[in-house]
Amino acid sequence: MTNPDVTIRMPTPLRGFVGGRDQVTVPGATVREALSALTAGQEAFRDRLFTAEGDLRRFVNVYLGRDDVRRLGGLEAAVPAGATLTLMVALAGG
Amino acid sequence: MSLKDRRLSDLRARIPEVTAVDALALQRGGARLVDVREDEETATGTPAGALRLPRGFLELRIEEKAPDPALPVLLMCAGGTRSLFAAEDLLRLGYEDVRSVAGGFSAWKAAGLPVEVPPQLDAAQRERYRRHLTMPEVGEAGQHKLLRSRVALIGAGGLGSPIALYLAAAGVGRLTLIDDDRVERSNLQRQILHAESRLGQRKVESGRAALLDLNPTIEVVSHDTRLEAANVLDLLAGHDVVVDGSDNLPTRYLVNDACLRLGVPNVYGAIFRFEGQVSVFGGAPGARPCYRCLFPEPPPAEYAPSCAEAGVLGVLPGVIGTIMAAETIKLLLGLGEPLAGRLLLYDGLRGEFNEIAVAADPDCPSCSHGARPELSDIAVVCGG
Repeated sequence: MTNPDVTIRMPTPLRGFVGGRDQVTVPGATVREALSALTAGQEAFRDRLFTAEGDLRRFVNVYLGRDDVRRLGGLEAAVPAGATLTLMVALAGG
Repeated sequence: MSLKDRRLSDLRARIPEVTAVDALALQRGGARLVDVREDEETATGTPAGALRLPRGFLELRIEEKAPDPALPVLLMCAGGTRSLFAAEDLLRLGYEDVRSVAGGFSAWKAAGLPVEVPPQLDAAQRERYRRHLTMPEVGEAGQHKLLRSRVALIGAGGLGSPIALYLAAAGVGRLTLIDDDRVERSNLQRQILHAESRLGQRKVESGRAALLDLNPTIEVVSHDTRLEAANVLDLLAGHDVVVDGSDNLPTRYLVNDACLRLGVPNVYGAIFRFEGQVSVFGGAPGARPCYRCLFPEPPPAEYAPSCAEAGVLGVLPGVIGTIMAAETIKLLLGLGEPLAGRLLLYDGLRGEFNEIAVAADPDCPSCSHGARPELSDIAVVCGG
């Protein structure tokens, strides 16, 4: 059985890793699977999101729907088919 | 007996009357004292703490101010006659316990009871703020609140421009501008507070000139300085709301932590290219999640995009800054639901707003129970 598709909304500062797109659809049954699919083959991108131990970096937030996945079980949280993940990093501009 | 006297005699038989002294005691016990005289009568004095609601608007507006019809309402006029007529109107409206103050405001004054002179708007202010005065949610009391308010604005740039202009136009009585930059031509694509004619001026001075041109009745205080751990508490203390329109992450963390120390709400907004974020953080300890609940730490410099990459659609700070100004006015007036505990995300290219939840972090180094945020100057990172 193939993994369901997950839509990932990309914050502007990370869009350079996905060809400038603002949304990407990847397969994944958990947050980790979806983010691994998103960063597959891109060492710099993976390094931007994950620590060497494979944890989500503290300055990167991921939301399933409107909730922070850290409050939903972290990277192992299940992602329902058709769900939207939002990747977010701080913006500084004013 | 005239028709009026016959009617009054009938009302006196049915409407309970209280003395001015008893009215004060009942007011202190939770009853709502309503002065139903006209504005020109109450202008020279009204019972302290009384709701001023001229009889012509009584039924229309009483429920906004006294929503519980079971609580006692005490009506007062000049001598105790109009209040009897008004009492009957309120009973008919559905208020259960309505009394009239015998002898009215004359008796109140004669008994030496506490009187206050309501602040007055002059004719020019009435004209300027007419569209606020006609809204029950703002009205004269709300406009006075704005005129007495003090707001500190960090950054007189992209976000700061619309925020400052709208707050000045709304009549926020004192605006403090904090910025250490000069006006450059490349600012004018988005920083509508400034102008070609003021190129080279300090931004706080250029901004001050623009704001006083728009509304000369407010006070604009300018600080041509960069916020640092050493000066942030002095610069932000004494304000009702702080609005963060800064352009760098170190200042954002510093403002967040200083606002928590001072117990002042922090209206936050940030922009990059076509994207914006808005939220309301902090305030009284534990009141709302803070910036560090959302982003506990800034990214290290190697993960931050270079400053040269930063760009922004000129109108984007207008979209985000006006939402920040609206949130500020809501906080000042205690209106509606603040944009707190959630972050509004604007995607200008898609024309979409989305919202994500911001939960209070029980381990937040700045706002969790018992935390006392340290103020520090973080090394500069661009971060967007």
